[in-house]
Amino acid sequence: MAKTKTKRLSSPQELEALRELIVKGRDPNQSCIVICGGTGCLALGAQEVINAFKQEIEKGSLKNKLALRVTGCPGFCERGPLVVIKPKNILYQQVKSEDISEIVSATVKGNIVDRLLYTDPDTGQKITYEHEVPFYKKQKRLLLGDNSNIDPTIIEDYLALGGYATLSKVLFKMSPDKVIDEVKKAGLRGRGGGGFPTGVKWESCRQAQGDTRYVICNCDEGDPGAFMDRSLMEGNPHSVLEGMLIGAYAIGSHQGYIYVRNEYPLAVRNAGIAIKQAGELGLLGKNILGSGFDFSVKISRGGGAFVCGESTALMASLEGKVGEPRAKYVHTVEKGLWEQPTNLNNVETWANVPLIIKNGADWYAKVGTEGSKGTKIFSLVGKINNTGLVEVPMGITLREIIYDVGGGIPDNKKFKAVQTGGPSGGCIPESSLDLPVDFDQLTDVGSMMGSGGMIVMDENSCMVDIAKYFINFLEGESCGKCVPCREGLKRMSQILTDITEGRGKEGDIELLERLSATLADSSLCALGSTAPNPVLTTIRYFRDEYEAHIKDKRCPAGVCRELVTYLIDEENCPGCGLCVKACPVEAITDMGKKKPVVLDQEKCIKCGACYDVCKLGAIIRK
Amino acid sequence: MVTLKIDGREVQAEEGKTILEVARENNIYIPSLCYHEEVTPYGACRLCLVEVTGNGRERLVVSCLYEVADGLKVKTNSERIAANRQMIMELLLARCPNNQAIQELARQLGVEKTSFKLDDNQCMLCALCVRVCQEVVGVSAISLVNRGVDRALATPFYEPSDVCIGCGSCAYVCPVDAIRFEDIGDTRYIYWPNNKMEFKLKKCKTCGNYWAPEKELEYIRKQANLPADAFDNCPDCRE
Ligand SMILES: Cc1cc2nc3c(=O)[nH]c(=O)nc-3n(C[C@H](O)[C@H](O)[C@H](O)COP(=O)(O)O)c2cc1C
Ligand code: FES
Repeated sequence: MAKTKTKRLSSPQELEALRELIVKGRDPNQSCIVICGGTGCLALGAQEVINAFKQEIEKGSLKNKLALRVTGCPGFCERGPLVVIKPKNILYQQVKSEDISEIVSATVKGNIVDRLLYTDPDTGQKITYEHEVPFYKKQKRLLLGDNSNIDPTIIEDYLALGGYATLSKVLFKMSPDKVIDEVKKAGLRGRGGGGFPTGVKWESCRQAQGDTRYVICNCDEGDPGAFMDRSLMEGNPHSVLEGMLIGAYAIGSHQGYIYVRNEYPLAVRNAGIAIKQAGELGLLGKNILGSGFDFSVKISRGGGAFVCGESTALMASLEGKVGEPRAKYVHTVEKGLWEQPTNLNNVETWANVPLIIKNGADWYAKVGTEGSKGTKIFSLVGKINNTGLVEVPMGITLREIIYDVGGGIPDNKKFKAVQTGGPSGGCIPESSLDLPVDFDQLTDVGSMMGSGGMIVMDENSCMVDIAKYFINFLEGESCGKCVPCREGLKRMSQILTDITEGRGKEGDIELLERLSATLADSSLCALGSTAPNPVLTTIRYFRDEYEAHIKDKRCPAGVCRELVTYLIDEENCPGCGLCVKACPVEAITDMGKKKPVVLDQEKCIKCGACYDVCKLGAIIRK
Repeated sequence: MVTLKIDGREVQAEEGKTILEVARENNIYIPSLCYHEEVTPYGACRLCLVEVTGNGRERLVVSCLYEVADGLKVKTNSERIAANRQMIMELLLARCPNNQAIQELARQLGVEKTSFKLDDNQCMLCALCVRVCQEVVGVSAISLVNRGVDRALATPFYEPSDVCIGCGSCAYVCPVDAIRFEDIGDTRYIYWPNNKMEFKLKKCKTCGNYWAPEKELEYIRKQANLPADAFDNCPDCRE
């Protein structure tokens, strides 16, 4: 894609003229090979695939026939590296560099490489087009959809799709109040966790007393397993920038920050390139598009502490101080960064803004539920067939997300629970699978939207162990400033460890509940006050598992090592000796052909190797 | 001035003051550990929790940070507040089971024993010493290092601090006596929970008593721009 060298744009007309020029220079029917260069696919070897495509195109002098575009993540990470042939949207999955010459020659001839297509696991049929793959069918990809149409390092790609035209409309045709009204009317709520109404926040910030106002984009994303913000920032950074520009205009701010964790090098890089390119075109900086409005954005790289995603800790960190939260009795919209009115929004929140202004609040509010409008991106991980990023309309049920989009649970295992909302979210049981997903419904069942993590668990998960896992994570991430969070999480972790290791006592459940109440009530920040969720929800929905651990010293899922015993079923054991070989501590003795083996309980370390290797069910786990 | 109600009693207060300050002015008791009027409130011990009703909503806030407002209604005690304070004391008691000040406060708040396993600390990390050292003394010799459960009070890298003047303000301000110092002969010893330091004491020219750390006197002398011999004599022997 040829780069158009342009001077600073000084009017909406010049922006529109540039867009037309870019579009005219592109043939919409030309085949374009789109490769996901997102972090997931890169980890699966996408860079080699990209290089192979470049070589192949070079070799065949196909530059005029075939375009190549490296994009951000389209979501279907499970099947990466992903290649899509545009404009037809043919999807090839798990592509390797050996497949490239075949793909290129087929594409040039207008053919399809059957063997690289996705097979529908239900019907066994091959599926040719991306939008027909079940994973994508129930999604509504208002935000992520453009990822495959954009090379994030080329601003022209964004402009070609009408990028920054919404900013232009805002600057010249809308008053700040009108923008705020529109965002309020759309019902947009913050995607960073709290679900606070974005328009209301903007309005408070606009009305707050101060010399300077700041806007910040929160791309800290510290939840383990979450990668929605990263994918937006990596894949479509201009949409975030445009959102920030619109917000800054509405609020009356001239300086913005993107706070992004250092472990996201690609997000840092792409955001940096986007800022530079937008600046060169006069879409950032002084007198944007000749409107008289000034706005610049700086990137601030965070050290990666989970708590630094919390608004006051983030601002302290931005100021170069220790990233510890403070009490928020004076809101950050009034006194935030350097004591000035500051508006912080999440990456995904910002990316929604151009859509709302472009299409109107009414259009936007058609999607979603009464209290939660638009779409939400989730990172779907755990015991699920289609791991990946999914963008779904608010109000879709958990069942649809897990079974239709996610393709269900692998190996025909039974679903047990889904944990939503990140480490301090709650575990939702099967009985609530038909829950429409929105901010309020998730809170009602004891969990939360959080930033959109979704971890699926199957029958082999022990819910006490799961609670322990999240509490240990939070214990490690607590800043340690306030007593309930620091000391309380430590004690919760001790109690849960005792329960999973057979030292649970009568009264532990009640103690956990009492501790939870104090954390929720008296912690300094939301890390502590939401931390009890995994404990409280697992007690609420899986109390019997806690009781089995405490009273019967038994782990029903067979996960907690100290509480399981392995026995040989002498009737079924043919003495094949597989388990004897598998045992790492020589606890099983071969007694000769056709005689059952003998397991020495004293030596057994309960690793389960024998259980996994025995195909005859002759090892019993109790 | 604003008018608010604390436990049903109408009180007048200066704007900008916190509930805790106003309560103390009016002899209304609210327990606290990390508050001291000389330094910036920190809001870490959470014992000073109170219930406020403003804008029709009732919620728990820490009174050392929450500013008074006209028409605010404050409850300094309730079942919910007491339950929180008691749990906090149980947690502190487990952290510092042998600390007398903590034992006493626990008892006062109705906690005789803790439900948790006992550790053996004296310091409960309220950071009063750190704040006094920084804000009042102005040297920042000690700080809270590490995050989360590993948080600890120490000099940088647990090494003797270059900037510490040995004034002992940290020990004076510690609400639970977790920091101690003693003067033996010509030396002052300061014992923090994780390390200690020694300071040479200055000898009074007249009476010969060792009366204050040399470093501290030097620091004050420079700050106040006093002549070189300003502290040759101890306060008792000065005219
Ligand atoms: C412990 C903790 C971690 C958080 N981490 C993030 C984060 O990584 N990203 C984020 O956008 N918000 C995070 N938040 C929420 C922010 O404090 C804040 O509410 C949000 O960024 C506001 O943006 P929004 O209104 O667009 O949601 C976190 C909150 C807490 C308490
Ligand atoms: S005195 Fe208010 S939190 Fe410690």
